[in-house]
Amino acid sequence: MPKIDPRSPEHVLPTPSHTVGPFYGHALPFRGGEDVAPLGHPDTITVHGYVLDGEGNPLPDALVELWGPRPDGTVPQTGGSIRRDPATGGYLGRNGVEFTGWGRIQTDPDGHWYARTLRPGARGQSAPYLSVCVFARGLLHHLFTRIYLPGDDTALAADPLLTRVGDRRDTLIAGDEGRGTHRFDIRLQGEGETVFLEYR
Amino acid sequence: MTLTQQDIDQEIAARHAAYEKGVADGAPVEHHPRRDYPPYRSSVLRHPQQPLVAIDTAQDPELVELHSPAFGERDITEIDNDLTRHHRGEPVGERITVTGRLLDRAGRPVRGQLIEIWQANSAGRYAHHREQHDAPLDPNFTGAGRTLTDAEGRYHFTTIQPGPYPWRNHLNAWRPAHIHFSVFGAAFTQRLVTQMYFPNDPLFRYDPILQSVTDDAARQRLVATYDHSLSVPEFSLGYHWDIVLDGPAATWIEEGR
Repeated sequence: MPKIDPRSPEHVLPTPSHTVGPFYGHALPFRGGEDVAPLGHPDTITVHGYVLDGEGNPLPDALVELWGPRPDGTVPQTGGSIRRDPATGGYLGRNGVEFTGWGRIQTDPDGHWYARTLRPGARGQSAPYLSVCVFARGLLHHLFTRIYLPGDDTALAADPLLTRVGDRRDTLIAGDEGRGTHRFDIRLQGEGETVFLEYR
Repeated sequence: MTLTQQDIDQEIAARHAAYEKGVADGAPVEHHPRRDYPPYRSSVLRHPQQPLVAIDTAQDPELVELHSPAFGERDITEIDNDLTRHHRGEPVGERITVTGRLLDRAGRPVRGQLIEIWQANSAGRYAHHREQHDAPLDPNFTGAGRTLTDAEGRYHFTTIQPGPYPWRNHLNAWRPAHIHFSVFGAAFTQRLVTQMYFPNDPLFRYDPILQSVTDDAARQRLVATYDHSLSVPEFSLGYHWDIVLDGPAATWIEEGR
């Protein structure tokens, strides 16, 4: 692609998406990617689940990214999720104090992922949710979805998206396993296929 | 029965012709690949069959997705964008520099955002444990880098020309040389993972991953331009590749972006 001339909006066309492929593992995942919550924070929750294909088989080569607000609903604009050491070039990771709101998790060999983050607060017209982006080998364009947490039936009943998707809403609401742990499987295809989103 | 390149070529041609006919009949241009692209066999069980549910971001400007993770200077180090300096010795292969701008759909620079890259070494092998291609590993090249875009949305990498490599989509499947890019925008909705290719690669037409972008003009946007003015004397060849992020952002704010 020659240089894009931003003065000609008709030529400012999007760069196509492509699959993340199978070999992103030495570049994208980082130690502590799943530990989004500051250490010992009382609002910490655990979300976990499997990423599954159309035959129900778990994907060992998927990548899940999470993005969520603080418990009071404000959105963090804090860097430092993947802190580096400028002296040694080494990896420092999160400092365990600041909440960046963002996590990145590679599924393990069993197709399982987990994250510990803060319980999100409500914003706008929506019930509280974590925003999710899924990448995988074989997936040419990432998929967006949301993780709604169970507990507040009134808020969930009033949520505009959950209302719209009818009987598929359960695919967007995590299961409660007690002690702040929630199960959320991501089904890319077939029976119980997760509701995936596009933003306009 | 083993799938041959010829089988895949026919599938690619059929999908391309169907797309061209659709556009001629008034269907919209498709800037992105379809998730369902059977010539790329791995997509078969990994694409949703239900239509995506559209969310109109103008209806609720408070959506979490209209914000983005923040990254800053402490998320990178000075040499993260020079993949030739990550080990004690010099990597094997042709050094290249890759630069360009990160823009949104309005042509505005996307500033201070994280760009991550990863790639195979000059022999076409990734530094990844599950990689089975028996080309040699390079102890002086890992093939992963990151940087932040500057005030003009510009990024800059120094690396090694990656080699093409075989994969197992079908018999004699070879991927054209490419660099993977992972890019953040001002909103989570602008997230992008893609691949940059090198000009005039004879493997383009045989690769179902590249051909999954069926629109000719869109596919061309994945190919960098050789730019002699970016070549560094006695050191590296230069390529230019601009990236345009799709998807809405919350508001267009001139200052501070």
